[in-house]
Amino acid sequence: MSDDRPPTSSPAGDRTPAGDDAAGITRSTARPLERVIVVGLFTCAVLSVAVTVGIVAVLLVDTISFFSQSSLVEFLTGTVWAPGRGAGEDGQYGMLPLLSGTLMIGVGSIVVGLPLGLLTAIYLSEYAHPRVRGWLKPILEILAGIPTVIVGFFALQFITPDLLRPIFGEENVFIFNAAAGSIAVGLMILPIIASISEDAMRAVPSSLREAAFGLGASKRQVSLRVVVPAALSGISASVILAFSRAVGETMAVTIAAGNTPTLSWNYFESIQTLTASIAQTVRGEVAAGTVRYDALFALGLTLFLITLVMNLISARIVRRYRQVYS
Amino acid sequence: MTASTEALAPSRLRRGATRTGVKIFVDAAFAALLFVGTIVGVIALATLIWTILDQGWERLVADPAGFLTNYVSRLPARAGIRAALIGSIYLMVLTALFTFPIGVGAAIYLEEFAPRNRVTNFVEANIANLAGVPSVVYGLLGLGIFARFLRLGPSLLAGALTLTVMSLPVVIVAGREAIRAVPDGIRLGAYALGATKWQTVSRQVLPAALPGTLTGTILALSRAIGETAPLLVIGLPIVIFSMPNDLRDPVSALPLLIFDWTSRPQQAFAAAAAAASIILLALLLAMNAVAIFLRNRYTIRW
Repeated sequence: MSDDRPPTSSPAGDRTPAGDDAAGITRSTARPLERVIVVGLFTCAVLSVAVTVGIVAVLLVDTISFFSQSSLVEFLTGTVWAPGRGAGEDGQYGMLPLLSGTLMIGVGSIVVGLPLGLLTAIYLSEYAHPRVRGWLKPILEILAGIPTVIVGFFALQFITPDLLRPIFGEENVFIFNAAAGSIAVGLMILPIIASISEDAMRAVPSSLREAAFGLGASKRQVSLRVVVPAALSGISASVILAFSRAVGETMAVTIAAGNTPTLSWNYFESIQTLTASIAQTVRGEVAAGTVRYDALFALGLTLFLITLVMNLISARIVRRYRQVYS
Repeated sequence: MTASTEALAPSRLRRGATRTGVKIFVDAAFAALLFVGTIVGVIALATLIWTILDQGWERLVADPAGFLTNYVSRLPARAGIRAALIGSIYLMVLTALFTFPIGVGAAIYLEEFAPRNRVTNFVEANIANLAGVPSVVYGLLGLGIFARFLRLGPSLLAGALTLTVMSLPVVIVAGREAIRAVPDGIRLGAYALGATKWQTVSRQVLPAALPGTLTGTILALSRAIGETAPLLVIGLPIVIFSMPNDLRDPVSALPLLIFDWTSRPQQAFAAAAAAASIILLALLLAMNAVAIFLRNRYTIRW
């Protein structure tokens, strides 16, 4: 970090102020170019702030324009999402169906991803031979790196026809359904939950495990009653982060979960998430300046706020558990 | 010793023995459950890859040259990925050219020059939050600023800038980790020989941190090249019959094409989507292989 300055700024300088000052002057004046470079590097770092400002500004400008033409109350409490088409634009912009669709995918993907991710994390952290671990970790990384559009293809071409329909019956499961989307997104968040939870479990000091083993506990008891509780904050942080990723996931849910904004809570029916609604609208070549175009940004802002709050909560939990053990 | 205690002792022993037996059984069952839970993820990945190969391989090997060099078509048998593949490669190269210098610059500043103050803390927290912003929101940023406000339209440049903005947080974090891994002895040694701060950073720290930074950048790029949502939102076209000659020209991208073909009802297009997915996965695999090679071959262990 910034503690490793050149010797000029070392505390020893206090004792010989003259000599240190002289050295400081040569350093700062002999290389004016260095100052320019530092300013350039600073600009690179500050660009990221500009990006945030840009995101917020873009989302806000068109959202404000949206609410000048459409009601905020309807957006937040309306139960029909039917954007207007063409010049007339008699659309209904009630966000609740999209929010319920997003929530279904979020909860559904956690139901799939949390048990699998947690079992994987315990196995990797407590049970797996280092060589097995060396194989499994890259496999999880590959799973995390599969493009979401391909996972969506997999959900549409395999999960629905070859997994859900044979089990639950052809007539009960729609071609586009929330369950397939949830399983697809669940597979995407599995590596997130597994790797963050595993890190949290490995950070549990081995003295805790040894104490439990010394009292006659088995490996299972040590894992479930010592390691998992001690790593609970890290595990919950991973789940919140994974939920936030699931909420922001676009392609797999657009392809597999459908484009029907509905308040139905049936996992075998077609639904629409916030992200899928954005994707569907932009595919229709929507013209700038229309209410429908502005609605995109109102949805984007909603999405941005939901994920931001969850990421902040997750980061806060992570910071807290780091303080405990290191 | 009374008769009652004598009668009790064996039964206690027996109960202890069965408890141990149950415990051993439950322990074994738990270990099995862990293994099964872990292997489900592996099986899912294997099934995914098998599904893609099963549906796309035939289409790909039937006419590999035509598939790679034809433009898109209404007829699935004649459709190819030429514009999308070239577009993806152009987007990736341009994104790399933008992302690498800015990301490394920001990483150097935050690790080596930044004073510990509120501004620095704010910038760091901001970068961490940017990493969690959904990609579709980056698409809206690109649509609002690059495509509309800067009037770039759905062009190569607008796409590359959007992907750059999305990849930057990842590259910055990877760069910082690589720079932090360079031991202080290297810096102190350079200072002792009279090097200035910048000389130390540019000639000692950066070369040592380069493999780690490059690895992180390639991984970030491999994620960017697989992204669909941001490119879809800024409006990059799918049906396109020309190569880009200019930064302002429209381009397509492989994930966009896969999405388009996947959404069509004909099964022949699903096969084409699977074949295009094979190409995309092969591209990603190659990039990851390069990243792993760089990491293993050039990373210095201190």
